[in-house]
Amino acid sequence: MRIALFITCFNDTMFPETGRAVVTVLERLGHTVEFPQEQTCCGQMHFNTGYRPDAVPLVARFARTFGDYDAVVTPSASCAGMVRENHPRLAEEYSPPALVRQVAELVPRVHEFTEFLTDVLGVTDVGASFPHKVAYHPTCHSLRGLRLGDRPERLLRAVKDLELVDIPSADSCCGFGGTFAVKNADTSAAMLADKNAAVLDSGAEVLCAADNSCLMHIGGGLSRQGATVRTMHLAEILAATEGAV
Amino acid sequence: MTGQGVVWLGSPSFPEAAREALKDSQLRANLKRATGTIRDKRLAVASELDDWEALREAGAAIKKRTARHLDRYLVQLEESVTAAGGTVHWAADAGEANRIVAELVRATGEREVVKIKSMATQEIGLNEHLAEQGITAYETDLAELIVQLGDDRPSHILVPAIHKNRTEIRDLFTAEMGHWGQPAPDGLGDDPAELAEAARRHLRSKFLTAKVAVSGANFACADSGTVVIVESEGNGRMCLTLPETLITVMGIEKVVPTWSDLEVFLQLLPRSSTGERMNPYTSTWTGTTDGDGPSAFHLILLDNGRTDTLADEVGRQALACIRCSACLNVCPVFERTGGHAYGSVYPGPIGAVLTPQLVGVENAASLPFASTLCGACYDACPVKIDIPEVLAHLRAKVVESKGRTPEALAMKAAATVLDSPRLLGAAQKAASVGGRALARNGRIGRMPGPLAGWSDSRDTPAPPAESFRTWWRKNRETE
Ligand code: SF4
Repeated sequence: MRIALFITCFNDTMFPETGRAVVTVLERLGHTVEFPQEQTCCGQMHFNTGYRPDAVPLVARFARTFGDYDAVVTPSASCAGMVRENHPRLAEEYSPPALVRQVAELVPRVHEFTEFLTDVLGVTDVGASFPHKVAYHPTCHSLRGLRLGDRPERLLRAVKDLELVDIPSADSCCGFGGTFAVKNADTSAAMLADKNAAVLDSGAEVLCAADNSCLMHIGGGLSRQGATVRTMHLAEILAATEGAV
Repeated sequence: MTGQGVVWLGSPSFPEAAREALKDSQLRANLKRATGTIRDKRLAVASELDDWEALREAGAAIKKRTARHLDRYLVQLEESVTAAGGTVHWAADAGEANRIVAELVRATGEREVVKIKSMATQEIGLNEHLAEQGITAYETDLAELIVQLGDDRPSHILVPAIHKNRTEIRDLFTAEMGHWGQPAPDGLGDDPAELAEAARRHLRSKFLTAKVAVSGANFACADSGTVVIVESEGNGRMCLTLPETLITVMGIEKVVPTWSDLEVFLQLLPRSSTGERMNPYTSTWTGTTDGDGPSAFHLILLDNGRTDTLADEVGRQALACIRCSACLNVCPVFERTGGHAYGSVYPGPIGAVLTPQLVGVENAASLPFASTLCGACYDACPVKIDIPEVLAHLRAKVVESKGRTPEALAMKAAATVLDSPRLLGAAQKAASVGGRALARNGRIGRMPGPLAGWSDSRDTPAPPAESFRTWWRKNRETE
């Protein structure tokens, strides 16, 4: 199986360690990962902010870059959702039939990281060890967009020495929402305050999720409050082994 | 009121209105308690039905079919209502609908009407119009009464006074009831039963003397001409049966093809709205009947932007709404800001997609952005309106209507960078250098310009020295 990593522009720039963690886990499981350098961005920011035509070349680039792979894995639920839901929509709306076909063929091979582990590779124990109290935040895109269900928790429960704790009202939105946090900063901050209170309530040392964007928002709020809870992408926890963290 | 007549839009943009609302901690507490309670009740009663998802599918399918053949069903409805002894009027916009109602009331020689909760009449500003004509409209729904006495605006579809707690309501009753009719009893307490009793007495005299009633409609069946209202307090039943003349104002999207379609909606609606298995009062009436109920019945079919909405293949979903308010109660944005921030009779997620379509996106440009696209509304909606899809669709229309804004230019520039791995790499390097220069202990604090709002409450990590693609090139490609 030829596996490509779609790192996403955001992780590429801000959270390269998440990409390295994905590679570590997949290699530990005996797979080879490729990173096509032609990849850039799924177009989510443009699409969600109303700049749909600007996202179309990015859709075409994505299809071109990843068309030859058996599987495309991404550590971002929201970008996986963008590709799955909206690439076909944009191709239909703005593009020649060739791209519509290309996108339709590629989309079923694009997987969010935890989905890829559980559904495609069929593993829940990835051989990780992480002796900490961890809370999992189900981001809206993993929860209601991709319907990841309990896949992330199943993976986390199989991690050696990890104690999984619950966040109160875990399914309520953290208030990030991409440009929402900028355009509606006050409302976003009010939602963030409630989320952070819940995170602190949980007693977790580490908060993880399948989306670094929401984590950056929550972690940024916690840091401003002077809280010591660390935020980490779930892949980084799955990459951790005895003695490493 | 805007030219097209959706009341009270033209207030500040959503972010500004929200900022004001967020300062009111009492409001936030009231909202959190109220929406939380209804939310839990809804989940409990919806999960009792093992065919809940099938019911949602059915509801969505009926609404879709109705929208596709709306013209046909409306004509059929007109025929059925006429055959049953009613009169049908068509109103293209708010002005026309208001004029028709005022004329009908004037023809009876009356100067007072009782009203049962109707969003359509709020949408067109009917009470205000009638007042200008010297006709007083009395709201008879408890929450509507509270809103009317407070010279306030409804802030929720189902619980218009959700923003008020009972102490605030008691004070309002004591101060205002006397100006509208029977005053509140001396020493009124803030116990819900006491408040309800005061309202009941206040309203009773209105019910017994009113000769004209104005209502909305939850549904109207094209095949039989039957109009349906569901409610909780019985005030609707009073309005619909006691007066001599009944005038119903209904949005054209409320028609359903057949009487048997109600089977689906009368299960979906109460569960989604109040978390009850059945509405305490379900009233249906078909034209007029000698010696029973109103002797004159007028049905006003209101367009007011709906046929334009219908023309939009993605946006028309919003017309399927049965006004259950489930989307409001699960919306994290509504929960913080309340309904007034939406500047429209239709607040919350459904308001954010319906209002811009009814009044034109350029007149409500901030509303499609008043959401994180978290999707909770879509999951809750009993007729499966994909509100996030419509929000994203309308955002594109807003952007298109605004042309070359600074944001549009920035987005264009970003798209150019993102379509080139080389430019992206260069931008990453610049961000890394710039970001690290700004950072203290690896974190960036307050930022200027459009990012000020973001950085007011969050630190941002400094971008790492090396992007993933650089790391890969150095560590993997040389192997
Ligand atoms: S959009 Fe759906 S959930 Fe919201 S009020 Fe309408 S029917 Fe109810």
